[in-house]
Formats: sequence, C-alpha cells, structure tokens
Amino acid sequence: MSLRARLKQWVDERFGWEALTAPLRKKTVPLHRYSYWYFLGGMTLFLFVIQVITGALLLLYYRPGADEAFESVQFIMTQVQFGWLVRSIHVWSANLLIFTAFSHLFSVLFLKSYRKPRELTWMSGMVLLFLILGFGFTGYLLPWNTLSYFATKVGTAIPGQIPLIGRPTLLFLRGGEDVTGATLNRMFGFHVAILPGIATLLILLHLGLVQWFGISVPPKVENEWKQSPDSRREMRFFPNFALRELMAWYVALAALGALAALFPWNLGVKADPFASAPAGIQPEWYFLFMFQSLKLIPAKIAGLDGELLGILGFGALAAVAVLVPFLDRKKPFDTSRWITGAGVLVLAYIVVMTIYGHFAR
Amino acid sequence: MDSESTAPPLARRRFIELILGTGLIASAVSFVYPILKYMIPPQLPDFGNEAVLASRISEIKPNQGMIFRFGTKPGLLIEAAPGEYTAMLAVCTHLGCTVQYRSDLREVWCPCHNGKYDIQGRNISGPPPRPLEALDVQVRGDEIFVRRKAEG
Repeated sequence: MSLRARLKQWVDERFGWEALTAPLRKKTVPLHRYSYWYFLGGMTLFLFVIQVITGALLLLYYRPGADEAFESVQFIMTQVQFGWLVRSIHVWSANLLIFTAFSHLFSVLFLKSYRKPRELTWMSGMVLLFLILGFGFTGYLLPWNTLSYFATKVGTAIPGQIPLIGRPTLLFLRGGEDVTGATLNRMFGFHVAILPGIATLLILLHLGLVQWFGISVPPKVENEWKQSPDSRREMRFFPNFALRELMAWYVALAALGALAALFPWNLGVKADPFASAPAGIQPEWYFLFMFQSLKLIPAKIAGLDGELLGILGFGALAAVAVLVPFLDRKKPFDTSRWITGAGVLVLAYIVVMTIYGHFAR
Repeated sequence: MDSESTAPPLARRRFIELILGTGLIASAVSFVYPILKYMIPPQLPDFGNEAVLASRISEIKPNQGMIFRFGTKPGLLIEAAPGEYTAMLAVCTHLGCTVQYRSDLREVWCPCHNGKYDIQGRNISGPPPRPLEALDVQVRGDEIFVRRKAEG
C-alpha cells in the first residue's frame, strides 16, 4: 500500500474519512458573471496569514521600548539576512490587506450578500475590518519613527475629543498623558496579542458562517436562474475553486515579493518627542479620507465644534455600516436600492477624499 | 478512453507534471530559504584583540576574584597573590554557567554542578571537560587590562 493510502486509512479508522471530507465535497461555488468577486475574501484571509507569519518572524528581533524599538527595526533592516524582505513584505501585505478587505466589503455590499440569513456574517466582517484598521494603527507606531510618533499623537487625540468617554479613552490608548515609551508598549501588546487573539476567533466565526450558509448568489442572478433553471451553474469548491484560489494566492505572493524587493519600506527618522512635527505630515492612505475630511470641516458648525461633529459623523457611519443587513427591508418601503445608492456615494466619497488628501498640501 | 490511446497522452501529462512540479518545488524553496536565513541570528561584531579594562588595582584585594564584562561574556579576574593577577572567561566549560572565585577554597567553583578549577582555570574536579579559556592580563599604572590570548 502506498504511503498516501496508508495515511488515508489511518485517518479513516479514527475519524471516518467520508464524514470528515463531506463538507468539502458538498460545498459549491455559484458560477456567474460576478463570480470573480468571490476571490476577495480568500485573498484577504491569505494576506492575514502572511501577516501572522511575517509578524512572528519580526518578533524574533523586534524589541519594544522607546530606546530600542527604532534600533531593533534598523537592525532587522540592515543586519539580519533578508530582514528587509520580511519587514517590507509585512508592510506591503498590511496595505494590500486593508485594500482587499475594503474591496471585499463593497463587493459584498453591492452583490447584496449581507441579506438574511447572513446578517451575522456581515457584522463579524465589519468588526474584522475595524480590527484590521486597529492593526494598521497600532503597528504603525512600532518602528518608533517621527511619522509614526506624530500619527499616534494625532490618532489618539481624535477619540480624546469625544465628550465624557474621550479622556478615559485617550489615557487607555496612550497609557498616560502623552505618547511615550508606555504608549509604544501598549500598542505592541495590542498589535501582537490582543488584536490577533480577537481577530483569530472572529475569522473562525466568519468562515464558519460562510460554510454554514453556503455562498450567496446575487438576487439578480438568482432571478435569472429562477426563470431559466437550465442556466444555473456551479463549481465544486474542492478541488476546482480551491485550486483557482490557490493560484491567485501564488500570484499574490509573487506580487508581494516583487513589491517588497523593488519598493522596500523606509524606516524614516527616529522619533524625537521634543522635535516639531515635519511639514506635509499625513496618515497612511487608509486613514486619509477621514484626515482630509477633518481638515476641511469648519471649526464651528451652527455653534457646535466642527471637528467633533466630523468624528461623531464617522462613528455614526461605522455604526450604520454594521447594521446594514437590518436596514435592508421590503416594508414600509423597499430600501435595497437606497442602500446600493448610499454605498456608491460612500465609496465615491472615500475615493475622492483619499485622492484629494494625497495631493492636498 | 481505451487502453491503446492512453500511452502518448500519459507521457505528455507526465512531462507537464514534471515541469509544473519542478516549478512549484523551486518556488517553495525560494519562499522557505529567506525565512530560514532570516532565523539565523547575525554575528555580533567580534571583540577581536581589543584590550578591556577589567578593574583597577585599588579595587581588588589579594585572594579575591571579581567578574567583569568581556564583550558579551563574563570574565573572572583573580588576584592570586599580592600583585599577581590571572584572568579567564567565567563561562564554565561544562554547561556554560558563570563561575566564581572561592577565597575559602582558593579555587574557581561552578555552583551549577559543583565543577572546580584551580586558580589558573584548569579543571580539577567535577564535570567540566576542559580548562576555562585563559585571558592575558596587563597592568598599566593602576589599571588592569585583559585581552584574548594570541592564537597559537
């Protein structure tokens, strides 16, 4: 008997091969003109795994602490073999991960995959997006350079402006009044322990729900299929779709390697808490649309603090986004089109503000 | 498919499998190689033949030993008799614990497994397999300098 057959038998005798692989054999992927969007979730998952692997590797040499963090990243970039590659892949993958997560969000929104019974899948996905942004924010400070220092100063000051809960939040995020080594330790703890723990559980839940409900078919396609049942097409998830997804991951890995090799990430200048903020300082692109909005908003709107209104506005938008599945209903009137319209508007706003923020000085 | 027509396609399939398989293995190696290399810690700048200030004559008394920093390792300086200094790496040759000078025994002692060396660092009892690495001592004025013994 071949080794493979013996392994299979070993598993079969203990767990039952048939029962174990039944979900894989049963799972199918609907085939239609929007099927390509189904790759985005898997791609986001793949990039997350890359983050876990490269992040664990960076932990072998990284040292938190205001006196050591910058030097240890410098050490990784200059002394450790392939250290520049590992760090650059971590940063590039982080950026692409945020991009694919947002793309996944909007594709699910426009294909209406969030609707009953998939409300919890959508909500867990939204929370995962916030966690990903949290990863981006907390990880940004870890090299302890000028840009990250001021970005964290501003980023923690923003929730600090909210009435009542603002100040406790600021103290919680900074671990004190100011951004210091204590903040760095805190962000490090969030970035490598707390967030990964929560994110892993939520990803398992998210994937479990996807498996439980199967893959959603857009209502338009569903209608067409109802009218002519012969046009219904499906692909087996395993191995057909899985192999295609694997191929996409393979290409993504090559792209990551190329990006990291051709455009390695800068380390910048070590943070100096007593130096002025450099001119033209900006957050990373994924926070740019909020940054630009807050810059444009007038100081006072109808006697209220403009910036505070902006912050609360984004908070409200996030809350509405989480609740989208419950807002999509037939009664008292059909809101489905409204949600698509609002989605297009929000997407356009994000894109325009990001580009504007990038070029505005 | 009948059996006669399978022979040529199988040969072609075998060829495709070989090409794809080689490519996959090669790329897998190219992913794993940097990771393995990354995990090897870089050599810290070696101490070379730099002389290190171990202590001052005024800070050490006869029949007394003291630990000093020798690069990344601890060193042990002993004033065996008045004005007579010996120095060695304080790393036990058994399992690497830091040894100490016992003035009551006039021996160098490792507390981990009761290894013993004489005042020159030669292993005399217990598990240590080799003598401690001896260092050169040089007195300049009040300062006691220590450096690695020249090779050979």
